[in-house]
Amino acid sequence: MRHMSLSRARLVPATLLAVALLAAACAEEDDTAGTNASPSGSASETADACAKENLQTHTAGKLTITTDKPAYEPWFVDDAPENGKGYEGAVAAAVADKLGFTPEEVVWTRTKFDAAIAPGPKDWDFDINQFSITEERKQAVDFSSPYYDVTQAVITTGASNAADAKSLADLEDLKIGAQVGTTSYDAIVSVIDPSSKPAVYNTNDDAKQALENGQIDALVVDLPTAFYITAAELDDGVIIGQLPTEGGEQEQFGLVLDKGSPLTACVSAAVDSLREDGTLDQLVDEWLSQAGGAPVLQ
Amino acid sequence: MTVPAQAVPELSAAQQDRLRYRRGQARRSRLLAGVSTVAFLAVAGAVIVLSPGWSRVKEQFLDVQVARDSLPAIAEGFWLNLRILVVCAVLIVVVGLGVAALRTLRGPVFAPLRIMAAAYTDIFRGMPLIVLLYIVGFGVPGLRLSGVPNAPAVLGSVALVLTYGAYVAEVFRAGIETVHPSQRMAARSLGLTYGQTMRRVVLPQAVRRVTPPLLNDLVALQKDVGLISVLGAVDAVRAAQIEVARTYDFTPYLVAGLLFILLAVPTARLADWVNARAARRQQAGGLV
Repeated sequence: MRHMSLSRARLVPATLLAVALLAAACAEEDDTAGTNASPSGSASETADACAKENLQTHTAGKLTITTDKPAYEPWFVDDAPENGKGYEGAVAAAVADKLGFTPEEVVWTRTKFDAAIAPGPKDWDFDINQFSITEERKQAVDFSSPYYDVTQAVITTGASNAADAKSLADLEDLKIGAQVGTTSYDAIVSVIDPSSKPAVYNTNDDAKQALENGQIDALVVDLPTAFYITAAELDDGVIIGQLPTEGGEQEQFGLVLDKGSPLTACVSAAVDSLREDGTLDQLVDEWLSQAGGAPVLQ
Repeated sequence: MTVPAQAVPELSAAQQDRLRYRRGQARRSRLLAGVSTVAFLAVAGAVIVLSPGWSRVKEQFLDVQVARDSLPAIAEGFWLNLRILVVCAVLIVVVGLGVAALRTLRGPVFAPLRIMAAAYTDIFRGMPLIVLLYIVGFGVPGLRLSGVPNAPAVLGSVALVLTYGAYVAEVFRAGIETVHPSQRMAARSLGLTYGQTMRRVVLPQAVRRVTPPLLNDLVALQKDVGLISVLGAVDAVRAAQIEVARTYDFTPYLVAGLLFILLAVPTARLADWVNARAARRQQAGGLV
């Protein structure tokens, strides 16, 4: 009896160690697979690699695209990304087409922001949801080439304290809000730098409610959203103006892919060719045309 | 009764063997427990560290630099949590005790009060806190009544007090009803009024009995205070969320979680201490 229990006591840690070593072996294997698949080479080299049958998509033969729920106008229409309407809906459809997928081969899913940037395995190929490209964020995810140059804008209602604001200085002493997780929030902090802390909401819908209630004086959103909200959603909505870009750096939206995704190079190539052949400009005209001039605040 | 050391009888050889064997066994099992614990931790650690995604998880959840950078903003948010917690905790006890007192009123005349108190607990215990936050936080200022505050911290606190007041009222009521009726009868027969009976006889016993569940609710409240962030206030979790969105690095969430644990641990120790003290006082005659 004594002898047996002793040998079992030795056996258990030994087995666990073996399991750990096995996991380590798998880890190495996985790493090499990752490096092999990582994007490399010029456009001519990738042309063949980006043929539809060579793409390592999440589901073979399908392109799985994801966005947040609800998906807002003017980026999507009717919260139905699969209809190809709205600027991002149309860009996603155009990218899928460039990669050789028919509309029937495109699968749409919904992913919350935190899940999109988490390190775990992804059950989609790319996420299109007004993700701004920054160097810091590139350490956690892959971005495609940019598909839209965006600026931030300040909006309010005619009844608000901010209705007469004409400059950044006029905004300084007001209560300003933004949606959490947006570069709009960063713009409030870095460009306006208001005296009272910005209010931060889960969604732009909540922020709009607070604006209508007078709980905040103004709201910062991206310019196309600003045009949509002031025209279609707010009573007596007003765009005060665009915010100057911080450090003169143009903010751009990119498609988000898993870090080290084998598709990044091909998706980027597709976006690049859409820009070069004028498709992106055409889609901007079609879906974001009213998002034209608003004075840049000084 | 004490036996002098010299008086210990000589142990038989067999007994000495037995004792030696038992000591050996005890030493061996301690050693084995130690080795197996170390081995388990080593393997568990190895499985995590050697997992294929470890380097990314480490980068995105355990980045010391990000933690250091995000701490000031999160601490500032946590300070808001603490202030709201203290104010709400006091108000919740007042509301809870008041409602419990109304609900336990005797006498047919007080039926409307009892019904109102029961309706309050039914409604606000059943209503999801997040829904109530939206109603109070965005609905009330929407009325644009003058003199009504529209600060998210104030409106959020009102919603918290309404919800938690209902929970705590039921805890107090449970405590009040566990006090044996003979206590009330004895008090009334001594000439105490109803109010005096409640204040001097019933409540002191009731409150002591429900202290553990009350502290339980306090710990739950510590975490729910953060929900007021849906109204625009930046609490610790929201501050962490802002940092996460900026860097796409989850470390700030861990920092916020750590702060909440640090707050919960003293509360748990306080609960233990209060319970121990109550036990000491109630068993003044010694353990039975």
